[in-house]
Amino acid sequence: MMQILRPVLILVGKDILLEWRSRDLVVSVLVFSLLIVVVFNFALNVTPQRVTVLAPGIIWVTFAFAATLAMNRSFVREMEQGGLAGLLLSPVSRDAIFLGKALGSFLFMLLVEAALLPVFGALLNFSVLSFTLVLTIAMATLGFALVGTLFSAIAVQTRSREIMLPVLFFPVILPVIIAAVEASSASIGSEPGVGLNRWLPLLAIFDALFLVICPWVFAVVVEE
Amino acid sequence: MLGNGIRQNITGYLVVLSGLFMLADLYLIFVVAPTDAVLGHVQRVFYFHVPIAIMSFLAFFLVFLASIAYVVRRDGKWDRLAHSCAEVGVVFVTLALLTGIIWGRPLWNTWWTWEPRLTTTLILWLIYVSYLMIRSYASNQQQAARYSAVVGIVGFVDVPIVYYSVVWWRSIHPSPVVGPFAQANALEPIMLWILLFSMVTFLLLFAYLVAERTALRNSEDRLRGMRLVLRRTGR
Repeated sequence: MMQILRPVLILVGKDILLEWRSRDLVVSVLVFSLLIVVVFNFALNVTPQRVTVLAPGIIWVTFAFAATLAMNRSFVREMEQGGLAGLLLSPVSRDAIFLGKALGSFLFMLLVEAALLPVFGALLNFSVLSFTLVLTIAMATLGFALVGTLFSAIAVQTRSREIMLPVLFFPVILPVIIAAVEASSASIGSEPGVGLNRWLPLLAIFDALFLVICPWVFAVVVEE
Repeated sequence: MLGNGIRQNITGYLVVLSGLFMLADLYLIFVVAPTDAVLGHVQRVFYFHVPIAIMSFLAFFLVFLASIAYVVRRDGKWDRLAHSCAEVGVVFVTLALLTGIIWGRPLWNTWWTWEPRLTTTLILWLIYVSYLMIRSYASNQQQAARYSAVVGIVGFVDVPIVYYSVVWWRSIHPSPVVGPFAQANALEPIMLWILLFSMVTFLLLFAYLVAERTALRNSEDRLRGMRLVLRRTGR
């Protein structure tokens, strides 16, 4: 257990340190997300009466776009200085590399979402202090991070890498978006909370399934 | 694998057989099959739509199995099979969506509805279009094989989850589906037999197309190999 945990944590620490020193990704993702919220406000005319209906959709479209932006950068950074080749040459299992990158993206996305959530709450006027909402965000973001890290590792190796990640990512992630939007609606209060008993298990199943499959196929992606 | 001669024979039999079946099938659909009392002639698209849709699911299941076989065995023949099935599958699923839209209009009074089967089929189309995209954007054949195998596995595992999430989503957001849907489900025995015949016909067509595509892919690979040798020897 320690054998896999240590490299994972070292890898996460490396990504956090890299981001802490430059802060370019967190700034660009946050600004991009705020722009989406502004665009949505005018595209959908978010009035106080409709806000509980529209807010979950706005939140999750923003989070999903922010996730593709962040995931894309995650491996582009590794490619720039031949970092991925170095990682693969190090005596560490492929599973540990995948989990390290995925955990790094997961924590990064959580940070971005934690910064955005109060802004959403203020702009769209709903209460963000809901345990189920936070739980939904954590579970859905884990799904984003697992699938996104896998497809990012593929997309970064291909031509037209910017477009390949969203094209691969969105069809597969659709159940997570559906479940997250519905569970958030229940938390924010436009719909009765019974939906949660259904959507949170769906998210848990998705996360568990891809937690098993993604490291396995990641080894196929990175072998040369 | 089979020798080249035997394989060409099989492809030859398949094209003749599926051609004959297709002629008989067209006769059955347009002449023998009774006209639907409620929907009229447009109901005949059903004999194309259902077999085509089922064959596309079969195609993607084969892509899934062949992708796993490729990941485990690393034998190029599995990649060739997966690639061929995916291409034929995308053609079939596109046709299934188009015939579904033609059929849905009189049946449901709308071209499109976010019904679980329709939505899942659309997502299938998107996943396997991205499968073909990743193949053409990969920098070499070996990379294309590995990446597409990953998409073939992950994409197929995702399909049941997509289906159930849309089923549950629909139970919260019902949209008005009007039209005699129940009546379309109650098939007369003759209609059922023609549907089964049509199923066999499209299975033969599918097998023929996959065999032909695999043969083409083999030729492409051989040609690529020859080019590589020529370049190395400097001619």
